[in-house]
Amino acid sequence: MDAAQATHAHGDHAHHPSGIMRWVMTTNHKDIGTLYLTFSCIMFFIGGTMAMTIRAELFEPGLQFLRPDFFNQLTTLHGLIMIFGAIMPAFVGFANWQVPMMIGAPDMAFARMNNWSFWLLPFAASLLLISFFVPGGAAAGGWTLYPPLSVELGPGMDLTIFAIHLLGASSIMGAINIITTILNMRAPGMTLMKMPLFVWTWLITAYLLIAVMPVLAGAVTMLLTDRHFGTHFFNAAGGGDPVLFQHVFWFFGHPEVYIMILPGFGIVSQIIPTFSRKPLFGYTSMVYATASIAILSFCVWAHHMFTVGMPAAGQLFFMYSTMLIAVPTGVKVFNWVATMWRGSMTFETPMLFAIGFIFLFTLGGFTGLVLAITPVDIQLQDTYYVVAHFHYVLVAGALFSIFGGVYYWLPKWTGKMYDETLGKWHFWLSMIFFNVAFFVQHFLGLAGMPRRIPDYAPQFADFNMISSIGAFGFGLSQLVFVYLVIKCIRSGEKAPAKPWEGAHGLEWTLPSPPPYHSFETPPVVK
Amino acid sequence: MAKKLLLCWIGLLLPMFYAGAAQSAYELNLQQPETPIAQQIYDLHTLILWVCVVIFCGVFGVMFYAIFKHRKSLGHEASQFHENTTVEIIWTIIPFFILVAIAYPATKTVLAMKNTSNPDISIKVTGYQWKWKYDYLQDGISFYSTLSTPEDQIYGRAPRDEHYLLEVDNPLVVPIDKRIRVLITADDVIHSWWVPAFGVKQDAIVGFIRDAWFEVEKPGIYRGQCAELCGKNHGFMPIVVVAKEQKDYETWLAEQKQAQAATTVNINKTFTLDELKAQGEKVFNTTCAVCHQVNGKGIPGTFPALDGSKIVNGPKADHLNIVMNGKPGTAMVAFSKQLSDLELASVITYERNAWGNKTGDVIQPSQIKALRK
Repeated sequence: MDAAQATHAHGDHAHHPSGIMRWVMTTNHKDIGTLYLTFSCIMFFIGGTMAMTIRAELFEPGLQFLRPDFFNQLTTLHGLIMIFGAIMPAFVGFANWQVPMMIGAPDMAFARMNNWSFWLLPFAASLLLISFFVPGGAAAGGWTLYPPLSVELGPGMDLTIFAIHLLGASSIMGAINIITTILNMRAPGMTLMKMPLFVWTWLITAYLLIAVMPVLAGAVTMLLTDRHFGTHFFNAAGGGDPVLFQHVFWFFGHPEVYIMILPGFGIVSQIIPTFSRKPLFGYTSMVYATASIAILSFCVWAHHMFTVGMPAAGQLFFMYSTMLIAVPTGVKVFNWVATMWRGSMTFETPMLFAIGFIFLFTLGGFTGLVLAITPVDIQLQDTYYVVAHFHYVLVAGALFSIFGGVYYWLPKWTGKMYDETLGKWHFWLSMIFFNVAFFVQHFLGLAGMPRRIPDYAPQFADFNMISSIGAFGFGLSQLVFVYLVIKCIRSGEKAPAKPWEGAHGLEWTLPSPPPYHSFETPPVVK
Repeated sequence: MAKKLLLCWIGLLLPMFYAGAAQSAYELNLQQPETPIAQQIYDLHTLILWVCVVIFCGVFGVMFYAIFKHRKSLGHEASQFHENTTVEIIWTIIPFFILVAIAYPATKTVLAMKNTSNPDISIKVTGYQWKWKYDYLQDGISFYSTLSTPEDQIYGRAPRDEHYLLEVDNPLVVPIDKRIRVLITADDVIHSWWVPAFGVKQDAIVGFIRDAWFEVEKPGIYRGQCAELCGKNHGFMPIVVVAKEQKDYETWLAEQKQAQAATTVNINKTFTLDELKAQGEKVFNTTCAVCHQVNGKGIPGTFPALDGSKIVNGPKADHLNIVMNGKPGTAMVAFSKQLSDLELASVITYERNAWGNKTGDVIQPSQIKALRK
């Protein structure tokens, strides 16, 4: 009995596939986390190339490189790929790697479904990319796909709708997995109010995903049937209303943007206390604030629709509810600053990205508050002010938190330290070029430049040129990151179990890299 | 402390705005307001901007102070305090009251913007791919307003003029100091009628009529753009509004009515091939060339070529049908709604006799009129 057990202690690995099949068949949360993060990185560069192309056309007035309809395809796919291919999968990758380790669980609750959740994504992404090559090209209605325009577009739209269904299914399965894991598989002694904040933010995000991804599926299915099966949900001549789509879409769309930021809040809430060598200030408030943001996010959707012609009562309700979200968001920012206050800070790369996040995400939050005020929004809706706003919260917000998290946990995942000097270069280059690219876009929007246009009047020329230069710089700076990650994996210095002096949490009790299966016996949390 | 102050100054300089400055390349703020509503919006934005700047300086002053002073390299020891319910309540309640203070003037402006009662003039605005149509409901005149910047300028073959992409053939003309109500709708996809100087932006939704209002305070030319993605030429369908003194407006109105009456009278006349071709070429270049191209060769795979086309060179009935009734499920709309009998007759005649097409066919406006029943 003993001898048999000894030889089989980790003997099951002898039966695991290696090479490509290891990655195709894996049910291990660490492997699947790596798959998600790698996929996300590839999609980030594809979406980024589209952005560079867009900014190349916008470098000067006039049409130099692109036909207007192709330009619209690029803006649409840039949005879809960054949202559904880069940001969301990156956060799911973090969830997969970190949640089981942080709660002392051996793996996710549904390990095989986890594999499927990932492998749907490359198929969905392929559909999106192939859509460029069908007659009429890719969908060109903006990532928001409003009818009637999206009803009259070619087969690229159908491929996009199919891709969205697959992406949604992946997210829903992933969310179910995360909730079940967190609620059922925490180590003894880890009550909900003792969980790391990152785990809390993912728990709440998972509920949002389950609530709204089906709504998106409904919206695009109605689009599909309007296109091909004779329905007229969005066609007034048949008794429908194009604005119905906007309501359904944004009921998904607004919680979606919180889905894309709450895990980032969680990551920052792990990094700041570590590098301040101080506990997170106001843990309970932070949990309540995150939950409030999530609940409120269901009540604000029509602030994307202030110009649609809704009655004053509607405009007022959505103005007030949108302004209200500033309160719990502000509470979170104050709590992070209070965590830093009177700490003993050091500024390694994860901390730089976390601080950059707080600074720039808050700036994006302020422009969001400006946009919340309906009369002001009437002037700014569908202009570059909105483009600036969401790039601040999604790039300087979500993406910076992702970078911060990668730098923070890369030593744990790979067992090697990354090159700190290169990391700092990556941070400062990204920080500077990001602001050059996007700060001036606020002025463009205020001055009257609409969005989703390939050519513009001469008064917008100077800021567009500056923005394009910033964008090219930002894009090139990301190559530093790729180089750094590859260099770390191949030849980084060996990392200890706890490379960061101030870090707390179960993941730091494991070796770096952790064994393929960890916490097969749950730890006891006091 | 000095660093906090420095940051505050940077924060103040960044959103520097030039109220009332002439058009400069580095416009930093909303356009000069020309209506009372636009002025209210401008002031609201200024208020919120200052509130945000003050809070921003406060919060990040504290944060950067901590970054500079509370660092391990200076030997600063970490405190371990980690919660304070009183402080949490305070920094929840105070922002809430700041928001209420902002919401109050904002509410007044929302209600003022929505109040479209008692207009002096009502004008129907219809969005098309890719132009606007203006109908003066009380006066019975209407016309299309299309971008007039030549394609050569867009493709860099000619130097760009002063109002590049913001100029049209027939601007909307309104009198100053009158309450103008615009009734906005669309014919094909959602568009949005936006004039920044007026503070008016209203989505044009197919099958529904929404309204907005404005009152211009001084004569001038005001320019805006479509503000909802509507297809490939979304960036090429500007809005130009010319505000005139009342008597100049009345003169213009009388001229328009005369001109429209003249074209209606002519409709039963028999036109020559050359007359129709000349008129047709103009219609083609403004209405059809966006997709089918000036050289009639279209864009392969997306927009069919007309030069050498079977439909254009084949039976007249098929050609008339596709131009007048469109091809459902494609971007080819039914142009019988947008174009007059004369315009339809001339453009079809032009297509059948332009480029390599030499049918010699002539379509008279009266034939179009007969088909409309």
